[in-house]
Amino acid sequence: MYDFNNIYQPKTIEEALKMKSEHPEALILAGGSDILIQVRDGKLAGCDVINIQPLNELRGICVEDNGSILIRPLTSFSHITKNPIIEKFLPALGFAVDQIGGPQIRNIGTIGGNICNGVTSADSASTLKAYDAVLEIASVDGIRLLPYADFSKGPGKVDLKGNEILTGIRVPKESYENTYGEYMKYSVRRAMDIATLGCSVNVRLTDDKKSIDRVRIAYGVAGPTPMRVPTAEKLGNGKVITEQLITDIAEAALTDVKPRTSWRASKEFRMQLIKELCKRSLRTSIKKAGGTI
Amino acid sequence: MAKQLITVTINNKLTELYVDPRESLADMLRNDLKLTSVKHGCDVGECGACTVVIDGENFDSCIYLAIWADGKSITTVEGLASLEGELADIQQAFVDDGAIQCGFCTPGFIMSTLPLLNVEEDLSREEIKKQVSGNFCRCTGYTNIINAIEHTREKIKNDRDSDK
Repeated sequence: MYDFNNIYQPKTIEEALKMKSEHPEALILAGGSDILIQVRDGKLAGCDVINIQPLNELRGICVEDNGSILIRPLTSFSHITKNPIIEKFLPALGFAVDQIGGPQIRNIGTIGGNICNGVTSADSASTLKAYDAVLEIASVDGIRLLPYADFSKGPGKVDLKGNEILTGIRVPKESYENTYGEYMKYSVRRAMDIATLGCSVNVRLTDDKKSIDRVRIAYGVAGPTPMRVPTAEKLGNGKVITEQLITDIAEAALTDVKPRTSWRASKEFRMQLIKELCKRSLRTSIKKAGGTI
Repeated sequence: MAKQLITVTINNKLTELYVDPRESLADMLRNDLKLTSVKHGCDVGECGACTVVIDGENFDSCIYLAIWADGKSITTVEGLASLEGELADIQQAFVDDGAIQCGFCTPGFIMSTLPLLNVEEDLSREEIKKQVSGNFCRCTGYTNIINAIEHTREKIKNDRDSDK
């Protein structure tokens, strides 16, 4: 038996938002693969939850009229990976969420839960950062749109007010069009393990495929929150592709990150991974985009 | 906490029962319905001993609330053998290949293989391993489990081909 003090059970999004505004301290229960474990562990014992798991309105993926890809937050990781829209336009995201946990966790875990937890190791987070995702956040007062870049407030802390619920994740057309990406996760085990480091890169090349038109690089576990590396990106934009450029970008990435030593890995090892995974993901992204190095 | 009525199809049988909203599906299946093939292993979604199939996908029933099962269709190992007690192909293969030692993980493993058995395209050994990567076995060393899954898929494929 899970030790909930109260479990509120909305039938619609509107009801969920009303309950959240009346009970701002209540936790949003989506897939439960983090919350239920912490309840059992005692850390969240006696909490109030709002059970949104049955709200199918918050599930699914579509392309909107303006070309944005809209991912509803309760979409499970396995449904993201198998989705034809994601396979076609955002395969790097489909691959990234396929690296989480094991099959059972990927069937229950949700992308909304993954990013609202605010942990730096979330496998979906770096790719969504690297694609400039925009979040749709709702409350009884209405909807606000927030760049995902501004969502992280610290380890486990995100910009969600007590009365708010994440209701959508959008990737604009300009962000994924002609853009090719790669996610690389370093972990000790290949399944059921948290990333020691995660790196998500995507590139858009110039028409002649000789130069990088735009490069975006994001990391998980390279600092307290998932983060982009603006110095490295600025250095790569508009440059002719060479092996030296790839090394220079990877070196520049080191100036933007703040990894720490934890029981999983030392700071020094993470710095090595930050450089190496950047190079490898860059090379793969460039090749996928039709470029040669 | 007040119990709640849910309607759920379990091993092809439509069932109505009252569950506590705080109850896990694993507790409901074991305690209320006596389906004890569902094992409590780690109880935190890591070991896979409590795996059941819900609407065609495998889930850890320990971290799945019983109320979430409302309107869904659940399969446990108890639903696999024929009414006469003849084992399903995957169960027989686990026996024949020596994929069972202590047996505690076996129901969970078998449930995790179900979504894979009827997939018609060829699957590599790596792809099969990935499908059971959320299930732990501390006895067999996994090799015979993967063999049993491969042999079952071959048998199902042969049966399918001979039907054509």
